[in-house]
Amino acid sequence: MTRHTLSVLVENKAGVLARVSALFSRRAFNIESLAVGPTENPDLSRMTIVVDAESAPLEQVTKQLNKLVEVIKIVELDGGAAVQRELLLVKVRAPLAERTTVLQTAELFRARVVDVNTDTVTLEATGTPDKLQALLAVLAPLGIKEMAQSGTVALGRGPRSMSGAGTLRPVDRTA
Amino acid sequence: MTTTPSESATREAAEALTGVETTARSIAESAHLPATGITGAQSLVRSLEAVGVDVVFGIPGGAILPAYDPLFDSRVRHVLVRHEQGAGHAATGYAQATGRVGVCMATSGPGATNLVTPLADAYMDSVPIVAITGQVPSAAIGTDAFQEADIRGITMPITKHNFLVTDPAEIPQRIAEAFHLAATGRPGPVLVDIPKDVLQARTDFAWPPRLDLPGYKPTTRPHGKQVREAAALIAGARRPVLYVGGGVLKASATAELAELAELTGAPVVTTLMARGAFPDSSPQHLGMPGMHGTVAAVTALQKADVLVALGARFDDRVTGQLSTFAPGALVVHADIDPAEIGKNRKADVPIVGDAKETIAELVTALRAEHEAGRRADLTAWWTQLDDWRDRYPLGYDWPEDGSLSPQYVIERLGAIAGPDAIYTSGVGQHQMWAAQFIRYEKPGTWLNSGGAGTMGYAVPAAMGAKYGCPDTTVWAIDGDGCFQMTNQELATCAIEGIPVKVAVINNGNLGMVRQWQTLFYEGRYSNTRLHARNADGTPKPVRIPDFVALAEALGCVGLRCESKDDVDAVIEKAMAITDAPVVIDFVVGADAQVWPMVAAGASNDDILAARDLRPVFGEDQV
Repeated sequence: MTRHTLSVLVENKAGVLARVSALFSRRAFNIESLAVGPTENPDLSRMTIVVDAESAPLEQVTKQLNKLVEVIKIVELDGGAAVQRELLLVKVRAPLAERTTVLQTAELFRARVVDVNTDTVTLEATGTPDKLQALLAVLAPLGIKEMAQSGTVALGRGPRSMSGAGTLRPVDRTA
Repeated sequence: MTTTPSESATREAAEALTGVETTARSIAESAHLPATGITGAQSLVRSLEAVGVDVVFGIPGGAILPAYDPLFDSRVRHVLVRHEQGAGHAATGYAQATGRVGVCMATSGPGATNLVTPLADAYMDSVPIVAITGQVPSAAIGTDAFQEADIRGITMPITKHNFLVTDPAEIPQRIAEAFHLAATGRPGPVLVDIPKDVLQARTDFAWPPRLDLPGYKPTTRPHGKQVREAAALIAGARRPVLYVGGGVLKASATAELAELAELTGAPVVTTLMARGAFPDSSPQHLGMPGMHGTVAAVTALQKADVLVALGARFDDRVTGQLSTFAPGALVVHADIDPAEIGKNRKADVPIVGDAKETIAELVTALRAEHEAGRRADLTAWWTQLDDWRDRYPLGYDWPEDGSLSPQYVIERLGAIAGPDAIYTSGVGQHQMWAAQFIRYEKPGTWLNSGGAGTMGYAVPAAMGAKYGCPDTTVWAIDGDGCFQMTNQELATCAIEGIPVKVAVINNGNLGMVRQWQTLFYEGRYSNTRLHARNADGTPKPVRIPDFVALAEALGCVGLRCESKDDVDAVIEKAMAITDAPVVIDFVVGADAQVWPMVAAGASNDDILAARDLRPVFGEDQV
């Protein structure tokens, strides 16, 4: 599978998320994950969209996104040139006998304990999708009660930004 | 990057609005005066006046009711249609005939959802229309209130953009933005949904508003390097074809196209959406490509070495099986919508820009190529093209049962009404025959539903076109299936004084579906017979409906024609009636078929010139 991470600046208006997700559905593009949140500019939101580019050429995805009136700018963030993170909350079975194992595993992955009781421990971990997958693989035999995972958020490395001076180069609007 | 609207954006908007302005210049001037303490509804009507709207097609209802009160006093005329679908197609017909933005209006819930089909239609064919819908009061939104429908959500995938206005102070800005979006770039429908309380609230009005569309920057100027590359490719092409789409009409680029055609000497094909963009009388014109295109046009594309696609989008009805479409051609693809380029067919030379500017610059660049002595000889290509054209001209057989030939009716209609008339059509066999057998010479004279294929388009679109071009004869060429979907608008035409003419090509069947059943379903005519029939399937000698009586019931003149000898006389009689809508019921044979044909999903190489007649192209040729 070919994954691409798109960082999309959009107007902070009602209905924009619906428009973007409806576009992906209508054009039969596959989304791996989509995260949306505020930016340093209150008028703008940033969507981080991980696209499975086997469903359609990335160029067609970005062109269709660019046609949405509320989309301001799209930048593709490559693996090496960007910091990409996901957040994981996972509730693991941790009776006294196994609690040490759980806590050691957490430490290995730099996960934090955010809730504990007699039966379970809830861990918070951040990292790349691969790292979180690895953590989950180790925790799985211990018994995962439930989990919640965010989509990827990402920023380009280096001094440049999407909206400020010396901006990152947008994905071409023109062909 | 900020959302602050720049001076230049506002200036651009003002220029764009000038483009959609109409005869109502004086209205616009008075409408520009600011006002305080008026209602949202008054602000809406002032905005419509200021943007230059001269007619709105619509139907009032609860949620939009406040808007209809100031509209009553406005110089914007309102045409009260009989169904909101009619309002939407009328706005489309008006826009396609005049080049201005068409406007329709409906109330919330079912009023708004009845606009869904014409919005989808206008979206597929890139027609600039603005739909204004009433919405339930803000506090009731989301409660499943009476006549509530999330029309913004529903129309997101079938509009270029849409708005829900939440503050009456935004009304002028949203209306200005809606018209700007509809008319500029790749045109398209825009919907503005306004809750009833927003229409009733007090607000101030000022014009022109600032547009706030930071993410909307259509590219209209083509890239010079791309244009030069395209010119070089065209100059060296030995088998070029100009593949002309509806974008050329949208951009009013027909004069530039004529110049490019003359300069290149290349053959031209015009798609269903581009009929009239290049005169049919020109010897360079090979006709329409696609599923029911001419053998010469379809085959020219297949054998071309350079395709110059201008405002066309490689629709499946043009390309047939995509993997075998024009296999030897390098593609120059010029379109204002970057997403069209490379969507279906890879472009070797992509050009994003307005067709008018792009073609004009192509002409300049191509002149330079010619002056530098680079120009391929097209003599062999034309010998080949003329051979195909001579051997496989468009034609039709007379029905063996002695019934009237639908193609003949349409051919005569085109000959008598002439190239100055506007023709609209529904969707099906009659549409294809109208595209094939009427000679189009001028832009804006052929209006039809190309992308969406909306049955029922013809009558309301003709109404809109006739309203916009009152001095032009407007003929709706409709099938009896299509006609029964939207003929209620003839009552509107009769009452509002919009004398359209309708030719119902009445074969008693859903003809195109029947044709496919004949060809691909062993003649099993499942649910395509519209006429009354006996238990054994034979027709009953009763007309249901009687279109002449129906026409008269709707306030029109009703005429009927059942034989070849009467065709000219009845058309001439209809042409002579200018003060009322006229309907002619042409009772034609049921077994006529549309040819040539490329079966759905088949390769264009497998075109049949007529049933069981596969053209012989000769392997050694080209």
